[in-house]
Amino acid sequence: MKVLVPIKRVIDYNVKVRVKADNSGVDLANVKMAMNPFCEIAVEEAVRLKEKGVVTEIVAVSIGPKTAQEQLRTAMALGADRSILVETDEDVQPLGIAKALKAIVDEEKPELVILGKQAIDGDNNQTGQMLAALTGMPQGTFASEVNVADGKVKVTREIDGGLQTVELSLPAVVTTDLRLNEPRYASLPNIMKAKKKPLDTKTAADLGVDLTPRVTTVSVEAPAERQAGIIVGSVDELVEKLKNEAKVI
Amino acid sequence: MSVLVYAEHDNAALNKVTLSVVAAAKAIGGDITVLVAGKGCGAVAEEAAKIDGVSKVLCADNDAYEHQLAENVGDLVAEVAADYTHVLAAATTTGKNFAPRTAALLDVAQVSEISEVIDADTFKRPIYAGNAIATVKSSDAKKVITVRGTSFDGVAAEGGSAAVEALDVAKNAGTSSFVGEELAKSDRPELTSAEIVISGGRGMGNGDNFEILYKLADKLGAGVGASRAAVDAGFVPNDMQVGQTGKIVAPNLYVAVGISGAIQHLAGMKDSKVIVAINKDEEAPIFQVADYGLVADLFEAVPELDGKL
Ligand SMILES: Cc1cc2nc3c(=O)[nH]c(=O)nc-3n(C[C@H](O)[C@H](O)[C@H](O)COP(=O)(O)OP(=O)(O)OC[C@H]3O[C@@H](n4cnc5c(N)ncnc54)[C@H](O)[C@@H]3O)c2cc1C
Ligand SMILES: Cc1cc2nc3c(=O)[nH]c(=O)nc-3n(C[C@H](O)[C@H](O)[C@H](O)COP(=O)(O)OP(=O)(O)OC[C@H]3O[C@@H](n4cnc5c(N)ncnc54)[C@H](O)[C@@H]3O)c2cc1C
Repeated sequence: MKVLVPIKRVIDYNVKVRVKADNSGVDLANVKMAMNPFCEIAVEEAVRLKEKGVVTEIVAVSIGPKTAQEQLRTAMALGADRSILVETDEDVQPLGIAKALKAIVDEEKPELVILGKQAIDGDNNQTGQMLAALTGMPQGTFASEVNVADGKVKVTREIDGGLQTVELSLPAVVTTDLRLNEPRYASLPNIMKAKKKPLDTKTAADLGVDLTPRVTTVSVEAPAERQAGIIVGSVDELVEKLKNEAKVI
Repeated sequence: MSVLVYAEHDNAALNKVTLSVVAAAKAIGGDITVLVAGKGCGAVAEEAAKIDGVSKVLCADNDAYEHQLAENVGDLVAEVAADYTHVLAAATTTGKNFAPRTAALLDVAQVSEISEVIDADTFKRPIYAGNAIATVKSSDAKKVITVRGTSFDGVAAEGGSAAVEALDVAKNAGTSSFVGEELAKSDRPELTSAEIVISGGRGMGNGDNFEILYKLADKLGAGVGASRAAVDAGFVPNDMQVGQTGKIVAPNLYVAVGISGAIQHLAGMKDSKVIVAINKDEEAPIFQVADYGLVADLFEAVPELDGKL
C-alpha cells in the first residue's frame, strides 16, 4: 500500500523566535529551518511500516517555498521513495494546504496519509483533520500507536484524559503525537542516495486549487515578559513568601 | 450574531472548560446556544441550561456521539452551524479533533486556540509555542474557533434557565469505531482547572519518586503535572504532560520540581500567577521565569517543604 506523508518546513525548534520590530510577523531571516518535528515522526512511522512490509511506497509532499526541497530531500534520506513540492511563496493556511493535499490524494490514491499533529510555528493543529473531512476519510489524530491489519488501521490516541483507541477503515488519515516513535538520523549514504530520488514540482494552478488565505494576520507581538523573581535562601523563606507575599497558600 | 458553543463532557457531567468557552462567546456577543452531543447526556444538557447567559440548549443524544468520534460529531456540528455566525469549541483534544473537520466541511478557516476576543472577526492567538501573539482577522462569513480555556474566566455555572431542545440528527459516517480507552483515575484536581499545580521533570529520576510530589499535592489540594522528559522516560502517563504539545495550565501557583525550563515546557505554564522553581542547577532557565527560585536538591527540599506546610 502507498502512504502519503505531508511535511512542513519550519523554524528549527531550538531557535528562540523574535518578533519583528514592525510587528508584521516573526523574523525568519537567516534563522535555521528544519522539518517540523511532528512530520519527522510521520516519516519515521511510514518507514517503519515499510520495513514491516505493510507499506510499499512512501511519497512525501510539501507545500511551500522552493527551499522546502531541503526538507523533502531529508524525508527521502530517511526513507521516502519520492516527493512532490507544491511551490508557493504565499502565506498558505491549513484549509488551503488541505485542499492542495486533497488534489494530491486524488492523483496518488494513498491508503494512508500520515501528518504531524501540529506544526510548531503556526501551532494550528488543523491540517490533517481538514484533509480527512475534504476526502471523507476517517481520522486518528494525536497517535501514539498505529497498527495496520485486515484493511483497517487501529490508532491509539493521546487524549486529555488518557488514551483512546479507535479503528478506522482505509483509506485513513493519521496525525502523529510525540511518543509514536523516535525518528532515526539520516545516514550519509542515504543522504547521497536521496539526491537521486525523484522530486516533482507543481504549482497550485496545476492542482486547480485556490490557496487564498481567509485569515489575515493583523499584527504579531511579543508576549508579555515575565520578570525573573528572587532566589530564596531556604525552604522556610519560600514558605514565608508564599504565605505572606504571594498569598497563594 | 449568534454563537453555537460545543459542550465538553463525559456524558455524565459538564466539563468546566465549557464555562470559559461561554465566556469567549459572550465577548463575541449575540445569542448563545449550547450543543450537547453524546449518549445518555440528558443530565449534561440540564446542567448546560443553567449556565449564565445561555439562551438555548440543543441535546443530540445518539449512539453515534457516545465517544465523540470526530467523523460523526464534525458532521453534526457542520449541519447545526447553518443557523449560527460563530461555532466555538474548547481547545481540548475533543475540540481540536472535530472542529477543523467542521470548518473544512463548511469551507471556512478555523481560528485555533484563541486567547482573546477583539471583536466578532478579530482574535488573538499564541503562535510559536507562545513566543509570539498574533492578532488575526477572519474574512469568512461563518467562524469556527477553538478557545484556550485558561485565557478566559469561566461564567457562572448557575443563574440561567434556558430551554432544552432535543435534536434528532443521527450522523454516522460508519468509517470509524471506538475500541477502548484507558482513562487516568485520579482524585486530584484536573490539571487545567486546578488552583495549584506541582510538576516534576527528569530530575525526579523515576516514577516512584513522584510519590513525594503526590504527597505534597494532596496536602495543598493541587494537581500534578510533568515535563515531556518525565513522560517520555515513563515516570508518569501522557495526560500529565504540560507544555506546547501537552496541557496548557494557568494556576495561581505552579511549582516546577526538577524541570529545566525548555521553551516548550514554558509554553504550557508561563501564564501561571506565581511560579516556584526547585532545581539544583542555579543556571537552569526555569529560574528566569520563576517568582521564587530555590536552588536545592529536590529530594531534600520537597520533603522539607511538605513538613513545613
Ligand atoms: C512562505 C510562507 C510564509 C508564511 N508566512 C506566515 C506568516 O507570516 N504568519 C502565519 O501565521 N503563517 C504564515 N504561513 C503559513 C503558516 O506558516 C502555515 O503554513 C499554515 O498556517 C499551516 O498551519 P500549521 O502549519 O500550523 O498547520 P498544522 O495543521 O498545525 O500542521 C499539521 C501538519 O500538516 C502538515 N502540513 C502543514 N503545512 C504543510 C505544508 N505547507 N506542506 C505539507 N504539509 C503541511 C504537516 O504534516 C504538519 O505536521 C506562511 C507560509 C508560507 C509557505
Ligand atoms: C516538538 C517538541 C515539542 C515539545 N513539547 C513539550 C511539552 O509539551 N512539554 C514539555 O515539558 N516539553 C516538551 N518538549 C521537550 C522539551 O524541549 C524538553 O526536552 C523537556 O521539557 C525537558 O524536560 P525536563 O526539564 O524535565 O528535563 P531536563 O531538561 O533534563 O531537566 C531536568 C532538570 O532537573 C534538574 N535536576 C536533576 N536532578 C535534580 C535534583 N536532585 N534536585 C533538583 N533538581 C534536579 C536538573 O538541574 C535539570 O534542570 C518538546 C520538544 C519538542 C522538540
